Amino acid sequence: MFCDRCGLPAADGDHTGCAAARAMEPPRFCARCRRRMKVQVVPTGWTATCVEHGVRTG
Amino acid sequence: MSDILDRARARVLDEGSGLAEADILEILRLPDEALPELLQLAHDVRMKWCGPEVEVEGIVSLKTGGCPEDCHFCSQSGLFASPVRAVWLDIPSLVEAARQTAATGASEFCIVAAVRGPDKRLMEQMRAGVAAIREAVDIQVAASLGMLSQEQVDDLVDMGVHRYNHNLETCRSYFPNVVTTHSWEERWETLRMVRESGMEVCCGGILGLGETVEQRAEFAAQLAELDPHEVPLNFLNPRPGTPLGDRPVVEGKDALRAIAAFRLAMPRTILRYAGGREITLGDLGTRDGLLGGINAVIVGNYLTTLGRPATADLELLADLKMPVKSLSATF
Repeated sequence: MFCDRCGLPAADGDHTGCAAARAMEPPRFCARCRRRMKVQVVPTGWTATCVEHGVRTG
Repeated sequence: MSDILDRARARVLDEGSGLAEADILEILRLPDEALPELLQLAHDVRMKWCGPEVEVEGIVSLKTGGCPEDCHFCSQSGLFASPVRAVWLDIPSLVEAARQTAATGASEFCIVAAVRGPDKRLMEQMRAGVAAIREAVDIQVAASLGMLSQEQVDDLVDMGVHRYNHNLETCRSYFPNVVTTHSWEERWETLRMVRESGMEVCCGGILGLGETVEQRAEFAAQLAELDPHEVPLNFLNPRPGTPLGDRPVVEGKDALRAIAAFRLAMPRTILRYAGGREITLGDLGTRDGLLGGINAVIVGNYLTTLGRPATADLELLADLKMPVKSLSATF
């Protein structure tokens, strides 16, 4: 598994800062495969698409 | 009361004239102890020359990422190792975003694209998108598409775009430290054409790019010379992978001082909270800014980052007894 903000392995290093930042950011990396996702932010939400693992919304 | 606040009260509050650069610098150098009095003066100026209403706006990115320019703060530049990928918003989603924005009571919806300037494809997408929004949603449409040719300015007017955003970002003397792929003067030229077209000019920038306090004063004075209808005030939100990704955020009191200083430089403009306020000021600082010169907000999310829920800002405005500017009041 990978950090969906920085794309590094979630088990390696401290991702506390990433988790805090994610409160005000959409994910950028697929947590399953580390691919950069296509992310569209709109005024009331966001959509993040991984070509392999599909769509996340928030 | 300090001398500069006395002078500001006489010149800005009483006469409605903005402060000159040297006085703006004095404002920016006021000690923390003077901040409450400064914010009260800026608020009084805003109330006298703009009124209590707050203009609410939503923004959306029509074309995200892959920009050929190197604005050092921007995660959408294709020249940096940013995780932001290029993506286009389709027209139905654009209309839906406008509809959601209008549902908050907002009177403004700004369509933004990460480009040096629009190409034919983008202008065609704009024409279709603006027409679809105007047919389905009761909201004013603004645009931010980078540098324009005269023909593109004319096309946007023809589409019904009423306001054009093009930020100078920082003062003229610091700009080359922030952008090297185009000049401050090129941006100014687009703003000149926009003004002459009859569209409203929206022009602001970002504080915290590494500029000195003198350059912050220079920037406020240069914006005042431009005399824009609206000034969006951003605070740097350092983005991973950009050259400014490791810069510290602006300290809250400095941000509030800057808000008040920009209000005293431009007593009649729409001074809008834009990106970065959440991390720079937090909830309490957001309130202080609205009581210190701000009279417009971007609600909801930004282009690549998230904002406070629109409901949080609308509740705050209600609490402060600041009515949301209605669409009818914008004509």
